[in-house]
Amino acid sequence: MSYARALHCRKCGREYPVEARSLCESCLSPLDVSYDYQAMAKVVSRRKLAKQPLGMWRYKDLLPVSGAVVDIGTGSTPLVRADRLGGELGLDELYIKNDCLNPTYSFKDRPVSVAVTKAREFGFDTLACASTGNLAASVAAHAAKAKMKAYVFVPADVEPGKLVGAAIYNPVLVTVNGNYDDVNRLCARLVERYNWGFININLRPYYAEGSKTLSYEVVEQLGWRAPDCVVYPAASGLSFTRIWKGLEELAMLGLIEQPVNTHMYLTQAAGSSPIVNAFHSGSLHVNPVKPDTIAKSLAIGNPANGNYALMVVSQSGGGACAVTDEEILDGVKLLAQTEGIFAEPAGGVVIASLKKLAASGVIKKNELTVAFITGAGPRTQEIVSDIVHPFIVEPNLESFEKVVGVRV
Amino acid sequence: MVKRQVMFTFPEKLIKEPIIYNLGRQFSIVTNIRRADVSEDKGWVVLELEGAEADIERGIAWVTSRGVRVDPIIGDIVEG
Repeated sequence: MSYARALHCRKCGREYPVEARSLCESCLSPLDVSYDYQAMAKVVSRRKLAKQPLGMWRYKDLLPVSGAVVDIGTGSTPLVRADRLGGELGLDELYIKNDCLNPTYSFKDRPVSVAVTKAREFGFDTLACASTGNLAASVAAHAAKAKMKAYVFVPADVEPGKLVGAAIYNPVLVTVNGNYDDVNRLCARLVERYNWGFININLRPYYAEGSKTLSYEVVEQLGWRAPDCVVYPAASGLSFTRIWKGLEELAMLGLIEQPVNTHMYLTQAAGSSPIVNAFHSGSLHVNPVKPDTIAKSLAIGNPANGNYALMVVSQSGGGACAVTDEEILDGVKLLAQTEGIFAEPAGGVVIASLKKLAASGVIKKNELTVAFITGAGPRTQEIVSDIVHPFIVEPNLESFEKVVGVRV
Repeated sequence: MVKRQVMFTFPEKLIKEPIIYNLGRQFSIVTNIRRADVSEDKGWVVLELEGAEADIERGIAWVTSRGVRVDPIIGDIVEG
């Protein structure tokens, strides 16, 4: 049974039935799923949740689905105590939520699993999305599992590794001659013409909800307590807002203390930082920018949820931080070389920002801080290929000792 | 006739120009503003355009050529 009650407009408050729709007809603002929390509170408890099988669907009662789920084994990813990295940054209570370890190597499996489950409930037989990599792979993988058709749209200049990462699941792969904005515009037209479940257009409100499982997991893994600080990367800002929504829901359901005292820190690449820019100018309106950064998965110039993400930052007493491409690369390397976790550039954004926030005293030494790593490094490993400097030796002892021996 | 929901973001130099008025007149498009925030140095408008498909295409191309950023109102679908 689903406790989803309606789709709710955050701007004007108008409500719609639970259906495939993402915009308020009246003011054209995004819609959110709202729930019957009183009914939900009667069935959700720490004890009941503890008995559920591992994976994101252990929190099914808090998600807007009713029937059988489309699950490729997502969730219950490690929350690692990061003592070595914490030592480098001067933080005593640092944890890494390593969401690289989902089936398609990014947190996208969480929202996509919810969206595809919902698409099947609504009777769609075809899924579609536009993406630069992580989302495409996740949608294609879930379509394969659900025996649905998938159309995946990517800009023609996307990295070959990302094409393989999606193509392996056998979607209809479409490369579009144009940049990301052009792909975006094409998909806006397609959704008018075809009765497809577009993962982040007409299924967007449901897609968004999947990211809440990240905060549920972290809280449960910490022994039912919310972190003091969350450091999270933002592209559209959507999942950042859902981390907060997840924490608020747990408090509302009596599973953690109320009010939530977590400070939410939003991080972006300096080459695509419209939300951080707005934060620093004291505005709640986000002015679009033209993205130019190696952190492609965060390269959204016109973030649809920027305004709401800024409200979360403000409400939680958090902050926002942007870092350069050079700092991002250093962040990727620092995480790998202290905690053994190879993240994509978005992870470098988080670690480099964390370093700045800690150095400036914004995040304090004894605060329990969780840094979220949302995607794995191997798909974008070309950005750190300069790190490869092997010793070249002949297959004999003399050569080894001559070339490397002095360092042993 | 088709409807298209879009967001126009205006640079400072265009704030005082009647872009939306001219769009409606020149391309026979009905413009229906739903949300907006315009100040002296910047502005954005969320609106619905209604008209013949070809006219809307030409109208959006004209607005873009004037220096206005035009984004579809569907949320950003390129992420990750």
